[in-house]
Amino acid sequence: MNGVHDMGGMQDMGPVQRENDEPVFHAPWEGRVFALAQALLAWRKWNIDAMRYEQEIIPPAEYLRMSYYERWLAYVTGLLVKRDLVTRAEIESGRPEAGSPKATPPVTAETVPQMLAQGKSVDRDVPVAARFKMGQRVRGRNIHPTGHTRLPRYARGKLGTVERDHGVFVFPDTNAHFLGEKPQHLYSVRFSARELWGQQAASGDAVYVNLWDDHLEPA
Amino acid sequence: MKTSRRDFIANAGAAAAARHDLAHAQEPEQEHHAVVPSDPALRVKSLESLLVEKGLVDPAALDALVDTYQHKIGPRNGAQVVARAWVDPAFRKRLLANGTAAIAEFGFGGWGGDYLVVLENTPKIHNLIVCTLCSCYPWAVLGLPPVWYKSAAYRSRAVIDPRGVLREFGLELPEDVEIRVHDSTAELRYLVLPERPPGSEKLKEEELAALVTRDAMIGVAKVTLTKPEGRP
Repeated sequence: MNGVHDMGGMQDMGPVQRENDEPVFHAPWEGRVFALAQALLAWRKWNIDAMRYEQEIIPPAEYLRMSYYERWLAYVTGLLVKRDLVTRAEIESGRPEAGSPKATPPVTAETVPQMLAQGKSVDRDVPVAARFKMGQRVRGRNIHPTGHTRLPRYARGKLGTVERDHGVFVFPDTNAHFLGEKPQHLYSVRFSARELWGQQAASGDAVYVNLWDDHLEPA
Repeated sequence: MKTSRRDFIANAGAAAAARHDLAHAQEPEQEHHAVVPSDPALRVKSLESLLVEKGLVDPAALDALVDTYQHKIGPRNGAQVVARAWVDPAFRKRLLANGTAAIAEFGFGGWGGDYLVVLENTPKIHNLIVCTLCSCYPWAVLGLPPVWYKSAAYRSRAVIDPRGVLREFGLELPEDVEIRVHDSTAELRYLVLPERPPGSEKLKEEELAALVTRDAMIGVAKVTLTKPEGRP
């Protein structure tokens, strides 16, 4: 989706503002919503790509206004309802509906370290042929999907070079919509800064983007 | 931070809320998210109590997750990796060849660091990390990202104006240094291996680790012999 989240190359967003001795969380609720999001993943009702997409569909003006963890609150709430873990009425009342069953949490304080150590595996050991070779010239496809995509707008239609093949990974563009993992090769593609931004860029600079087979075409 | 982010957000928020009310007065309920509450703290509290009551989350697990990222996983993890690479050439070689495996020697990895790629800065090549589409960041070695890394300003400009962004961080790089910006669009997570600062030859591994800042491991700063104030 050509949404406001796809920010690479936008201008007039102001200077980067840093904070000295920045705390990990600026308020206790930020830590709680962060932890809720991690713990809820264990239900396997959604995946990290769906989490990202759920943030991307926050209306643009709100997306820009919200703080980072306000967006997390929005996506967690959205997915809980869409994936039938809670109802909209329950979110609004803050109470379980009468007669709703009580579940057993899949993650406890004791199993948190194990969950974190295990990680979120998204590489797949399946035989899928690579469509592109190291050093090959490729072009970011000129596509504008209305759903989730990890192909940033600034790389579409641009010429690059395959620098590295990282192996076979889950394809986020379908996985985000629960349309299958569609495992395929993931590459690092080098785009020269001048190819992306024209003569204003320094001649030797470059941007490296991780792109999948379906994002690329031979040049 | 001079003009506070909070003030900026509060002002922007008031304006957006006014626009939002107007929009909602004119439109039927959309399929999008519900109206954002004025106080997220109250809504998070209400959400947590609902989820606990339904047995969907264990509050002690939430405490453990918060504690882990507040106190146990942070830039000190990455700093140990960098210092080791500076003093141990064999480790450095392993680290650059397979970041995930080499970093696992420290027991770091997993969640937010399943696939770690280490990028070496040299006098001629400077690597910089961003996630233009969201906020991907190597949690396992740097902890959770600072607000600026997730900000629209950084996400939008790092790819188109890396030199301008670095200048705002006080880093002016000569024209002949190649800047490589890495946009974290996949589950690969990047860690920059900064250059060892000149004059640090006699320092021990732990002393070196104490100099390594989070900013240097993102690529927005160099490591210096005096660690700047307020920088983790």
